[in-house]
Amino acid sequence: MSQSSVLTQPAVDGEGRLPSAARLAVNRAGIELRQYFRQRDAVVFTFSYPVLMMLIFGSIFKGDVPHTNVPFTQYFTAGIAATGTMSVGFQGVAIGIASDRTDKTIKRLRGLPMPRISYFLGKLLSALTSGLVQLAILLAVSTLFFHLHLPTSAGRWLTLIWVFVLGLATCATLGITLGGMAKDGRSASAVVLPPFLILQFISGVFFTYSQLGPLLRGIGAVFPLKWMCQGIRSVFLPDTFQTQEPAGSWEHGKIALVLLAWTIGGLAVSLRTFRWHGKHEG
Amino acid sequence: MTAGDAAIHVRGLVKRYGDAIAVDGLDLEVWRGETFALLGPNGAGKTTTTEILEGHRKRDSGQVAVLGQDPQTAGRRWRSRIGIVMQESSDVYELTVGEIVRHFAGYFPRPRPAGEVIELVGLSGKERSRVSTLSGGQRRRLDVALGIVGDPRLLFLDEPTTGFDPEARRQFWELIRALRTAGTTILLTTHYLEEAEQLADRAAVINRGRIVAVDRPDLLGGRNLAAASVGWSDPQDGPQRAETDAPTKLVAELSARYGGEVPDLTVSRPTLEDVYLRLTGEDS
Repeated sequence: MSQSSVLTQPAVDGEGRLPSAARLAVNRAGIELRQYFRQRDAVVFTFSYPVLMMLIFGSIFKGDVPHTNVPFTQYFTAGIAATGTMSVGFQGVAIGIASDRTDKTIKRLRGLPMPRISYFLGKLLSALTSGLVQLAILLAVSTLFFHLHLPTSAGRWLTLIWVFVLGLATCATLGITLGGMAKDGRSASAVVLPPFLILQFISGVFFTYSQLGPLLRGIGAVFPLKWMCQGIRSVFLPDTFQTQEPAGSWEHGKIALVLLAWTIGGLAVSLRTFRWHGKHEG
Repeated sequence: MTAGDAAIHVRGLVKRYGDAIAVDGLDLEVWRGETFALLGPNGAGKTTTTEILEGHRKRDSGQVAVLGQDPQTAGRRWRSRIGIVMQESSDVYELTVGEIVRHFAGYFPRPRPAGEVIELVGLSGKERSRVSTLSGGQRRRLDVALGIVGDPRLLFLDEPTTGFDPEARRQFWELIRALRTAGTTILLTTHYLEEAEQLADRAAVINRGRIVAVDRPDLLGGRNLAAASVGWSDPQDGPQRAETDAPTKLVAELSARYGGEVPDLTVSRPTLEDVYLRLTGEDS
């Protein structure tokens, strides 16, 4: 596909303009969200995930993180927000793409005048929307029932937004890469689950990252989830908590760099490897 | 006619899967505005050929031009001029007919109005119905609606009426004729010879990766020149049957013999099915 075809092409002998790649992405996101929100079971599962996690962790761990005056709730909320974002972005998108292959949606889309990037951006936009709803539910439930203190400064809300958007973009591009390679929805779920589970334990989601051994910490620091957690902690935890972080600071610049690098890398790989025509089809 | 009038132009097309040759030096010409049927047994190379023409498979060798461009390298503009109705429907159960047709219209530079397309395929009363509530025949009409909403110059129809009852098939044929009248070039892949006979201006029989015959359905494989079979009933000797190259002459003789009407007269040529089975070697 040539470069110019991604942009709006000028009219040729009165044929009208091709819709831009961006507009097609918005159309895709719209139709996918509409389909998604009509599948009641999937919707209930996605949006109850953060609530269930809060109920479990909130009732097991009470009080403050050791050696600090930070309530555990603040810590968990950050971790659950990050894993929820990963679940919607990584698992949701990977399984979504694999299911599109199973139910012939991809087969049909490949016959349409749409660049691959619009299909990918559509997935990202719809994941952003459902991720945002999930995050809002988490914050509402935590505030109402678990004494979560929402940030009061505009700067912290801004941090939440960019970490959430960038983190979700990272997870979604990786989800696109994996989902594009999977044979069907079932194999996609099997492939995405292990990284999701393992990363939860080595990224400082539910107990403090500094308690991990140096090897696990090193492995965790390669992957995006650790940085997403750290970024969201910087929204919900007081700045005094920075002493508990390995670097002694929130490292916003480094978070942005790591997430950007994964996003760009993931996008490059998925654009190279994604095929409208599955290699498993006849 | 020249190559400029061809919607599809194929010379020496070859496609291999490992050691197996799926398409073996195929030549094909489909003129603009005609409905062209591609017939052949399963595994003859129909699907592979169609997928190459649609730009969904790479060929190993040969020349291919579809609407004047090589499908392997053509861009979005080219794709916006093509409509594809696949063999299987996709499962968009949660959406309504109106939603999915309007969504598909959004991919094209100058789509047909969604309401008009829905009416054309006979789903007017179903615009607000979920796809999951449609019957098989209605789903297939929806597939056609999605294939034509972009106002394509060339439409690929893959086994469009499989599983239809005769009434639904007749209605569907009317729809295809209406598209042809509107100037759409149609490449129809089908197993139903009657369908090819009803719809196609020309038909090709494909076998073992090659075209073995191309012609008007009523002329295919020399049908019109083959010996005719004349049948009648003789008042004394009962049912009679004769094979002849000159049926008119025989009928005139019979008419003279019986003094006007020939009892129970029939004159028949080989059916398209007879010709098809001979060409594809399925009768041997």
